Amino acid sequence: MIRKLFDKIGAQWVFLITVAVVYTVVLIIHPLACVESFFGFLRLIVRMLPVLALVFGIIFFTNLLIDPKSISKHLGEGSSIRGWLIAIAGGIISTGPIYMWYPLLSDLKAKGMKTAYVAAFLYNRAVKIPLLPMMVFYFGVRYTVVLTVYMVLFSILNGLAVERLITDTQGDQ
Amino acid sequence: MFAKQKLKSAGVSTLNSMKMSIPVLLGVLLLISLITHVVPKKAFSSLFSGNLVLDVLIGSIIGSISAGNPLTSYVIGGELLKQGISLAAVTAFILGWVTVGAVQIPAEGLMLGKKFAFVRNGVSFLMSLAIAVLTVVTLGEL
Repeated sequence: MIRKLFDKIGAQWVFLITVAVVYTVVLIIHPLACVESFFGFLRLIVRMLPVLALVFGIIFFTNLLIDPKSISKHLGEGSSIRGWLIAIAGGIISTGPIYMWYPLLSDLKAKGMKTAYVAAFLYNRAVKIPLLPMMVFYFGVRYTVVLTVYMVLFSILNGLAVERLITDTQGDQ
Repeated sequence: MFAKQKLKSAGVSTLNSMKMSIPVLLGVLLLISLITHVVPKKAFSSLFSGNLVLDVLIGSIIGSISAGNPLTSYVIGGELLKQGISLAAVTAFILGWVTVGAVQIPAEGLMLGKKFAFVRNGVSFLMSLAIAVLTVVTLGEL
């Protein structure tokens, strides 16, 4: 029955309906928390709209201007150091929350982007240049530099490990 | 400048991406807002044990299941340090917060594949422990 529901309306709507059910339960148990959360959600949406517009703008122009073959060439198998640099720089300079970038990465993955680069991009989303002064304020310059360097270096290990583990599991099946 | 057909095809692909992603994004935003409002920030410090190794693990777990702006993790991390929680545990907490997203796994799974989402978050969790230890060792604070 659940399988049928997934096929009929799509997993994305099942997910949203499930979240709505969670809100309904919270509304019954703790109405104030539910109302505050919902208004918090509305404020989040308003804040996220520019990023969302940017992401879908990039998706549109990627579809319009970039040939899938060129994505395979720069971010696919055999793209090597250039691919890593694009994934790392892309992850660092991209703004907004991580989940806003899932649609674009899904699109690029379908066009041939390597799994390792997708993982490295997502890992580097943790390096937030505009927030570095805040980290310096709380933890100091040395700590911020050391942690940032480790995060960037480990993003490559993360990408390699994720790709390896996914390939190994697929091979076992 | 662009052929009509090409513009139409790019528009249709983008609309399909939107149709797939918007319900997922709305769901994630609703969940994050709920967690941010329901879990009080002061609750975090009571979860640490005082044992260095265990606290690193606890820090990473709490960070991984928390959600919200990375700035919030710095603020909470700073408060935890003031309350005497070790730098390694606080680092693991921040890393878990910014690199692992338990709340976002359903959305990540829907868009990038379930296996990818679980493996990526699992690997990121383990790496948060390693980087936390390496950072404090490098700084000579262990």
